[in-house]
Amino acid sequence: MDVAIVKYNAGNIYSVDYALKRLGIHPVISANPEILAKADKVVFPGVGEAYTTMDYLKNNNLDSLIKNLKQPVLGICLGMQLMCRFSEEGNTECLNIFDADVKRFSPQKQEDKVPHMGWNTLNDVKSGLFSNELENQFVYFVHSYYVPVNRHTTATTDYILPFSAALQRDNFYATQFHPEKSGDVGEKILENFLRL
Amino acid sequence: MLAKRIVPCLDIKDGTTVKGVNFVNFRDAGDPVELGSKYSRDGADELVYLDITASHEGRKTFTELVKKVAARISIPFTVGGGINELKDVDRLLAAGADKVSINSAALKNPKLIEDIAKNFGSQVCVVAIDAHLENGDWLCYLNGGRIPTGKRLFEWAGEAENLGAGEILFTSMTHDGVKSGYANEALAALSETLHIPIIASGGAGNCNHFRDAFTSGKADAALAASVFHFGEIAISDLKKYLSKEGINVRL
Repeated sequence: MDVAIVKYNAGNIYSVDYALKRLGIHPVISANPEILAKADKVVFPGVGEAYTTMDYLKNNNLDSLIKNLKQPVLGICLGMQLMCRFSEEGNTECLNIFDADVKRFSPQKQEDKVPHMGWNTLNDVKSGLFSNELENQFVYFVHSYYVPVNRHTTATTDYILPFSAALQRDNFYATQFHPEKSGDVGEKILENFLRL
Repeated sequence: MLAKRIVPCLDIKDGTTVKGVNFVNFRDAGDPVELGSKYSRDGADELVYLDITASHEGRKTFTELVKKVAARISIPFTVGGGINELKDVDRLLAAGADKVSINSAALKNPKLIEDIAKNFGSQVCVVAIDAHLENGDWLCYLNGGRIPTGKRLFEWAGEAENLGAGEILFTSMTHDGVKSGYANEALAALSETLHIPIIASGGAGNCNHFRDAFTSGKADAALAASVFHFGEIAISDLKKYLSKEGINVRL
């Protein structure tokens, strides 16, 4: 299977590469539209800032390319947020694959710290990336912005409020958490994606 | 609900684990990758690898080690030691580390925190603070606790947060090695004044100490080294105990 990781100016690309290699997949990391379009699966990872990242995608014509992919695509963390319509981070117009806006967490109590960092549980999982045994399992999050629960939500997590831990529309899948850093549970989710 | 984190810390010199790691039936304790992998299997939530080598050659060895850890281990890990400038951070993140911990370099040059946050995001930047309680004041130290700075813990932690630190790793030199519990009062004060996660360090001797760091100390994570390395506390047992005590942990 040909798996491509979208190469761009964001962190954690290598973590995803390593995680896929642990599953016996040798992904190609590329920003080349032809290579990305041809792959069986595309992973769109990301740790970084929304505005500068979106800018980079546009300047490299990766924005329209990602939107028009037909094979299963997995956005991770910032990747997922950029697949939404708009982000409060840098007031950024995003890819508009998911009809939802990205908001900044606003703490309600002293113990509500931002970023939301660490292991938290998946709730109300729907099929696609998730099998039933993943309900209530812990996955690893690091983020200061979130996507509210909406019609594309396929799993929720509770921090300050229930938010979208995962989204899906057609061939587009996305997780706010990092499956590549979520131990055995994360591996299972990546395997589910590879099986789509 | 967000779980409280248990974080084993491994001191690395010339690519091997130091600090008399001593497990019955575990021969690979000197191998930081094997040891990290064991902790991950036992239920550690994150790992910290601290490079205590001083030489240039040692730095290269450590970077190679970071690559091996990233390839093998599927939980987040932080690296620290010898990070003085942005290009050190770049090198370690490119090798696969998730976060970097900076200590003396940040005290000497607070702008480094800002630079890391701007270039790589706050989530990458753990500011480690070693402080000692003296006549009622918590004072910060440089170079592994050898050089006093006169900076006060709470002021410095607040400044670090404002500059863009993603987490504070607070080691109480007063409690470190004593095994009579974490500095819970200071931890709680940090947790109540700051808005970023606090990692407790220094003083763990038994399972109660971890519980207290989370309850009275209000810490988000607890770091320990020797109690894990000497096999005095198994992480799996610790997490079962914490869960029974009503602490939300990942089991």
